Amino acid sequence: MPAGEPSPLNRYLAYLEKGELAYQYSPEAGKAVFYPRLLCPFTGSANLEWRVSRGTGTVHATTVVHPAQGTPFNVALIDCDEGFRLMSRVEGIDPMKVRIGQRVRFRVHRPGGDDPPCPVFVPAEDV
Amino acid sequence: MGGLKRASAAIVGVAESDLGHVADGLSVVDLMAQGVERALDDCGLRLKDIDGVFSATTQSRLSVLALCEYLGIDPPFLGSTIVGGSSFEYHVAHAMGAIEQGLCTVAVIAYGSTQRSVGRKQASVREINPYESPFKPFMPSSAYALAASRHMHEFGTTRAQLAAVAVAAREWALLNPAAWEKTPLTLDEVLAARMVSYPFTVRDCCLVTDGGGAVIVTSAEHARSLKKKPAYVLGCGQSTTHSSISSMPDLTVTGALASGKAAYKMAKLGPGDVDAFELYDAFTINTILFLEDLGLCKKGEGGAFVAGGRIGPKGTLAVNTNGGGLSYCHPGMYGLFLLIEAVRQLRGECGLRQVKDCDVALAHGNGGVLSSQATVILGSAATL
Repeated sequence: MPAGEPSPLNRYLAYLEKGELAYQYSPEAGKAVFYPRLLCPFTGSANLEWRVSRGTGTVHATTVVHPAQGTPFNVALIDCDEGFRLMSRVEGIDPMKVRIGQRVRFRVHRPGGDDPPCPVFVPAEDV
Repeated sequence: MGGLKRASAAIVGVAESDLGHVADGLSVVDLMAQGVERALDDCGLRLKDIDGVFSATTQSRLSVLALCEYLGIDPPFLGSTIVGGSSFEYHVAHAMGAIEQGLCTVAVIAYGSTQRSVGRKQASVREINPYESPFKPFMPSSAYALAASRHMHEFGTTRAQLAAVAVAAREWALLNPAAWEKTPLTLDEVLAARMVSYPFTVRDCCLVTDGGGAVIVTSAEHARSLKKKPAYVLGCGQSTTHSSISSMPDLTVTGALASGKAAYKMAKLGPGDVDAFELYDAFTINTILFLEDLGLCKKGEGGAFVAGGRIGPKGTLAVNTNGGGLSYCHPGMYGLFLLIEAVRQLRGECGLRQVKDCDVALAHGNGGVLSSQATVILGSAATL
């Protein structure tokens, strides 16, 4: 990869800055790839296309973290409709009410300061 | 590819270092060396006999060098595969291969951790994963909790069934003088304990202790001339399915399925032939997943399987007879202790917790977040 090219992570973050959830697609494998990388884990090919997700998905697994200080919060694995899975959280709902199989929609979370944006999800029974 | 030869090598010496909360200022290499000295004493070998050294720890970057320097030895064969808690089950296979090939004759596998004394944050450098860390999962607990949530969703596994694993481990621990936990534990106490990462309370999670130890591996032929009854290595298998939990192919099926299959095949044995199962119980869900994947029950039936005390000391299947990572000790990477207990069961050294007529014992190591799985099947002379 040429020195001036953005890394897979930086490219992913640049999409998030624009409010988009990006993933990669391997034409050889015919499969979505996440997290973004330089080689397709199914074929070993360096040919990976960047695509933007519609941002809809389903909760695949869920837990509620109880920190030593502060209020409990959700951590979930989300299966996006394009066929990739990522870690995230479902917001705007009691963390214990997050259910496997629940439909959710992406939105970008901007923590501020030096922290980069990250993808979070909210319940969306209509999608 | 020829592969390893069934029973070509044996574990001949095992020992724990100090466990629990060790003396102030002891280093991980102190604990490794203490384990080595005690394991040598266990089999009657001497430091000068060692020509292969394996170690792994999170607290010493080049631990095998530190250990060799400490012991004042220059062995020709070194190994430092580090894949989390299952590293030591990998080391057994690697030591066996090295011995078969004549690369070494006596290998020691050592571990040490002072994570209780220095605190978990000091003992293990947190890695930032830009795709997971922003969501602040409490690792490794939350990763296992996510797997548990899938098991509960797909198969109806309950928190009480998870708790039954912790209760059984505690009952075994009460029979083990070396165990950290000394008081009984009930199902209700597990369920009512402080929540860590749902569905796990602190009692669904392994202990945080100091500790270390060593095991010594040599050829079967050499083993027969030593002090104690050899624990022959009958089968080994390894599988790695992922590194981070968001990349685990199926949250309810672990690499134990493949590692177990390979180990059983090499051992020419099946799950029904095993008398004692030492399964890496970092969390209560682990025991359920590994019982399923190692063929003790069907996928999804592990919750019902462990209910009603079946895997406790009064049950019908001997599982985690030392009290496990949940109640005996858990110094960060617990895999070495599975081997120690399996060997002691085969020798008949386990006192009140001894499994009757134990000729085959299985040690199953788990590393990362259900990531690296390694199975070692050990047998007495009766299995040859």
